[in-house]
Amino acid sequence: MESCYCIEPQWPADELLMKYQYISDFFIALAYFSIPLELIYFVKKSAVFPYKWVLVQFGAFIVLCGATHLISLWTFTMHTRTVAVVMTTSKVLTAVVSCATALMLVHIIPDLLSVKTRELFLKNKAAELDREMGLIRTQEETGRHVRMLTHEIRSTLDRHTILRTTLVELGRTLALEECALWMPTRTGLELQLSYTLRQQNPVGYTVPIHLPVINQVFSSSRAVKISPNCPVARLRPAGKYMPGEVVAVRVPLLHLSNFQINAWPELSTKRYALMVLMLPSDSARQWHVHELELVEVVADQVAVALSHAAILEESTRARDLLMEQNVALDLARREAETAIRARNDFLAVMNHEMRTPMHAIIALSSLLQETELTPEQRLMVETILKSSNLLATLINDVLDLSRLEDGSLQLELGTFNLYAVFREVFNLIKPIASVKKLNVSLNLAPDLPEYAIGDEKRLMQTILNVVGNALKFSKEGSISVTAFVAKSESLRDPRAPEFFPVPSDNHFYLRVQVKDSGSGISPQDIPKLFTKFAQTQSTATRNSGGSGLGLAICKRFVNLMEGHIWIESEGLGKGCTAIFIVKLGIPERLNGPRLPFIPEVSTSHGPTAFPGLKVLVMDENGVSRMVTKGLLVHLGCDVTMVSSSDECLHVVSHEHKVVLVDVCVPGINGYEIAIRIHEKFTKRYERPLIVALTGNTDKVTKEKCMRVGMDGVILKPVSLDKMRSVLSDLLEQ
Amino acid sequence: MDVLQLQKQFVDYRASLYHEGFLDEQFTQLQELQDENNPDFVVEVVSLFFEDSERLLNELTKALEQQSIDFKRVDAHVHQLKGSSSSIGAQRVQKVCIAFRNYCEEQNIEGCLKCLQQVKHEYSLVKTKFETMFQLEQQILTAGGSIPV
Repeated sequence: MESCYCIEPQWPADELLMKYQYISDFFIALAYFSIPLELIYFVKKSAVFPYKWVLVQFGAFIVLCGATHLISLWTFTMHTRTVAVVMTTSKVLTAVVSCATALMLVHIIPDLLSVKTRELFLKNKAAELDREMGLIRTQEETGRHVRMLTHEIRSTLDRHTILRTTLVELGRTLALEECALWMPTRTGLELQLSYTLRQQNPVGYTVPIHLPVINQVFSSSRAVKISPNCPVARLRPAGKYMPGEVVAVRVPLLHLSNFQINAWPELSTKRYALMVLMLPSDSARQWHVHELELVEVVADQVAVALSHAAILEESTRARDLLMEQNVALDLARREAETAIRARNDFLAVMNHEMRTPMHAIIALSSLLQETELTPEQRLMVETILKSSNLLATLINDVLDLSRLEDGSLQLELGTFNLYAVFREVFNLIKPIASVKKLNVSLNLAPDLPEYAIGDEKRLMQTILNVVGNALKFSKEGSISVTAFVAKSESLRDPRAPEFFPVPSDNHFYLRVQVKDSGSGISPQDIPKLFTKFAQTQSTATRNSGGSGLGLAICKRFVNLMEGHIWIESEGLGKGCTAIFIVKLGIPERLNGPRLPFIPEVSTSHGPTAFPGLKVLVMDENGVSRMVTKGLLVHLGCDVTMVSSSDECLHVVSHEHKVVLVDVCVPGINGYEIAIRIHEKFTKRYERPLIVALTGNTDKVTKEKCMRVGMDGVILKPVSLDKMRSVLSDLLEQ
Repeated sequence: MDVLQLQKQFVDYRASLYHEGFLDEQFTQLQELQDENNPDFVVEVVSLFFEDSERLLNELTKALEQQSIDFKRVDAHVHQLKGSSSSIGAQRVQKVCIAFRNYCEEQNIEGCLKCLQQVKHEYSLVKTKFETMFQLEQQILTAGGSIPV
């Protein structure tokens, strides 16, 4: 070999260089051997290491490098061929491995770098999530606060408590420095400071409502940040503070009627209150979004709660008002009752007091009329009589009316002949009608029952009044009175919807129409007709007198009879028709119709009218004796018959209550019997009643009977009814 | 003849008696007194009337045949007859009795005799009428009907 590296000299001056190379190689080898060991150790420690191959390769590379350096230690001296071969082998191997490793590293290093970036990314993400967690937690907390706040607010219906609680809770939740509520005044032009959190007594500060900042707040439903210097926010004493941020929100004051939560945005209410919230000064705190939302929600809740409170106030006030009114009404009622009682007492007394002199006037005037008078005097007396009659009628009318109004008037029901009532009215008005040359016609429907149950007197009064009015207000023409049984269609008057006649089996409705061709009534006067004391103003009626009470009384009577009365007229000069309907009862037992020649058979009251009455009959004539006995037996009496006066006096005893003596028999002195009986029975209660049966009832006979002490006289022939009535009269005494 | 026809005949006959003046209201009263306690009252009274009247008429005939007529006695009898007939409702008999009594007061023999004839005549008439009526009643009762009132 040409080039040789071996330096033969042992350890000469170049020995130092050689020594240092030797040592360095040794340490390099050591380091190179220990690195993989460390690697293996730490890889084993870590759980995840995806690049084991790389590690192996790198380890191999290092180990071989170390081996190379280690072997080169032997090359410093003369070394054998084996060492050189080993050296060469290891160098070759090292070269291979290192090249492989180098190639491998090209792939691996970008991967390793990307791992790093991903790690950075994840770290960022984790930080962000942490932040968001923090936010959610805060929101959760504020939500809880809101619920609690709402609960507090809604748990009371007292307006002041609501507002105070709101402010307190808000202050606590949001850690506010100051919280204030401004309410609109009555005029609506200013906002007045009503409630604050810290200052206990609001000064009653007012602020005009039309400031731009306030308009801004009112026009939006969100909480708005406002400047701390605006008038509504200047609540703290000015100082060196750095004022915290201020937020204001509107609180709608709902009218009671619109209570729809869903209709919030479309509210037409213009009235808002202003809630101002201030963060603590010098705190550099900012209004967070969730805090603003909290404020808005609270404002809504407060609005609702205030409305509830307002409703409650309103209803309490209404209830108090009603109670007051009740008390007042009660008092008024009691006063009215007292007044009515007083009036009735007055009327009763006055009525009596008025009637007594009236009676004297009328009676004496009519007596005066009977005496001799000069024509002038007669005229005067007639006028006095007429006027006093009118006055008497007026008094009666007034008393009747007042009794009617009280409802103290009751109908006197009885069975009466309906036809007779109409005929009597007709007869009463005929003379007046003929004087006035008026035609009066009476039409009674054939189906009108002959008898009816009702108040005859008052019905007649009503008919008379109505017909009389027709007469009064007609100067010429005719008056027609129609009466018929009303069928259901004609019962209903469209003008009186509350009149519901109900026909039934025991009652019928009598409809009477009085049509006249007189002066008529204008339509606007018709409703006034039935009011008391109201008269139409035409001069004709003024002259005809009357108090204007007639129709009012008629109406009351008709109402008492469960009926209805009204007047129809087409106008002035066209006459008018007065119509009334009253309810009358139908009598159950009607008297039978009269047969032509058989005399009427009257119903008997019953066979035993005088049960067990002991009667003694004295009559010489056998037939009439038998007939009399039959009569008395029919009446239930216990009859003893005698045919002579001696027998009579013999038989008569105190058991006999009645003695019937025939006194028209000549020869037998019936009168003597009476005298004898009187002698026999001195005591009054022992003596029987003595009745004379006689054929003549002239005065002489009657006087004679009475003189001898007879108690009664009966004319022969005796009918059953006659006997019954006489006996009952006698026995009553 | 069936019951309805008999009843109708009876009613018509009775009505005719009233119409012709043979009976008056008093007879109706008598009929009223007849009831279930006294079912034959009318018949009894009428029979008694017949007896009485016949007796009285005989007495009257005898009294008026006398030479010297005792008007008081005649008057008494007539009075009795008048009473009986009026009790029963025999109107025409009663009327004649009234006239009779007037004649008795006047003591008019001819008048009395005439009245006696009249009374007898009226009496026999009314007796026949009564008997017919009672026959009709019997017929109705046998046919199973009831006497119409």
